[in-house]
Amino acid sequence: MNTAIVTEALSRQFDDSTAVDRLDLQIHQGEIYGFLGPNGAGKSTTVRMLCTLLGPTSGWATVCDHDVATQPDQVRTRIGVALQDVALDPKQTGAELLRLQARLYGLTRSETDKRLDDLTKLVDIGDALDRRIATYSGGMKRRLDLAAALVHNPDVLFLDEPTTGLDPVSRARVWNEVRRLNTQLGMTIFLTTQYLEEADELADRVGIIDGGRLVAEGTPVDLKRTVGQDVIIARIGSDADAAVHALHDLPEVQNVDARHDEVVISVVDGATAIGPVAIALGHAQVQIRDLTLRTPTLDDVFLDLTGARIENHDSDAQNTSSDELHSELDALEAV
Amino acid sequence: MTTIDATIPLDTVGIRPRSTGFVHDTLTVAGRALRAVPRDLEGVIPPVLIAFFFFVVNVATLESLTEGAIEGFSYTAFQMPTAILLGVTGVSRAPALVLDVQDGYLDRLLLTPVRRGSILLGHLLADITVAAVLTVPILVLGFVLGVRFEAGPLGILVFIGMAAAWSLAFAGFGYAIALKTGNPGAVQSVFLLFFPFLFLTTSYVPREQLTPWLDTVATWNPVTYILEGLRSLALVGWQWDDIAKGLAAIAIVAAISMSMCFAALRGRVKQQ
Repeated sequence: MNTAIVTEALSRQFDDSTAVDRLDLQIHQGEIYGFLGPNGAGKSTTVRMLCTLLGPTSGWATVCDHDVATQPDQVRTRIGVALQDVALDPKQTGAELLRLQARLYGLTRSETDKRLDDLTKLVDIGDALDRRIATYSGGMKRRLDLAAALVHNPDVLFLDEPTTGLDPVSRARVWNEVRRLNTQLGMTIFLTTQYLEEADELADRVGIIDGGRLVAEGTPVDLKRTVGQDVIIARIGSDADAAVHALHDLPEVQNVDARHDEVVISVVDGATAIGPVAIALGHAQVQIRDLTLRTPTLDDVFLDLTGARIENHDSDAQNTSSDELHSELDALEAV
Repeated sequence: MTTIDATIPLDTVGIRPRSTGFVHDTLTVAGRALRAVPRDLEGVIPPVLIAFFFFVVNVATLESLTEGAIEGFSYTAFQMPTAILLGVTGVSRAPALVLDVQDGYLDRLLLTPVRRGSILLGHLLADITVAAVLTVPILVLGFVLGVRFEAGPLGILVFIGMAAAWSLAFAGFGYAIALKTGNPGAVQSVFLLFFPFLFLTTSYVPREQLTPWLDTVATWNPVTYILEGLRSLALVGWQWDDIAKGLAAIAIVAAISMSMCFAALRGRVKQQ
């Protein structure tokens, strides 16, 4: 399989801090690659290096077989980028911005007209295209930014936290767009996100980054399988060490992690194991506040690998459950 | 609520980015900068109004004093270049470039294959066009007040060209500060740099009327030679010596400001 993005020992230093540390990636053509990590993990720095805005301190990277440091112009013609913060000129109209983008990529007038027609329908911006961008809502700006990244039909699309700050409906809409670009055009998509459900929902493969280092990589299913088939979460009101000690020798239990008042127990069969787990905790006189059985998430993978959970700083997102997003998606797809 | 029409085909057959030339990139950026001018009239109207004001007030205040002292002297024609420099100096799209930095739009441009030099040259090309246009209403006011050009219609074109070239040379400092600092306040204050140069010269009276110390300072002030070059076209005719000195002064200032702003551009766009 041909590779679209390759990095080897890619590193970026800022003064005394290492933002990206010896990153090795191989992303295949036509793949949606989710780059998952908490704020400050090094996701955006990686994107800025891959899209030629930032030079690596050491190591190298190629995009579409062009070196990002020595052949930046060739890279720029092959990629489209929607950065974390929308990069728009509020005094232009949407149409002016897209036409300017098209001119800078050398598209002819007829190609530009056709592309604008397609893109405005794709990102559903319609009549607003002739209005100044300053009048757009946050969601419209995000969609126009995506359209600007797609004007020249890039081979690789970088989306740096494309749904941060969006409401659930807009987020579902972006997910649909990403899927369509990938399935209909075979576009390679490098997507950074701090939302677990986003990586889980969209990505063919996920790379988990923490502290600038790639700590795990694989399909969402494979990654979650490393934690176990099922996860039992016990919120306790007493000593976590006692809980870990009580559970460690149970044959049903694969792994136990304790953090503050939460014990994460990986098991093969949750339905069978939850009884023995409760009994063992009771015998050890561990005060149980609640006991939850669920399938593992990528957050459990992150916890397993780093000892911490991915902190979500977007309160809206925190309140948005995966089920809610799925129902929004279903509603959109039904139209 | 609007929704996505999932039936829209993504037909992109044949659409591929192509290499563009330096001139194409520069004209594209200049076109964008010029389209923005009518939306930023607050950047061009006040300088012209200030120029009008000082032109009229200075002529009304000093005309009888100077024309009484120097036989055959037209103070209105003498004042017009001062008003023009006041009107076109500091007029540039540099504040808009700061907003591009702040809004992230400069990153959007840098993600395209646009030549980095074209980003700055495009803005400068727009600036020289705007400066030339801004010169016209001040010239018209001068004609209304009785100014006649000894160098004729071609002299008027050279006059406009020199004024616009000076505007461009000075604008370079604004772009240098814009790209270096990304601070709109710092860019706005660049016009203050011009004030000492405007007053420590022959803005209000001819050279021979200056006190000795001010005459010495004026000798080293490039604005002196630009004013003399412009005035020669209106008052004397094709005085090549004065025109050449004026153009040389503009070239020296432009060499310094352009070096600074292109160095600032390199600093801003390099993969730091």
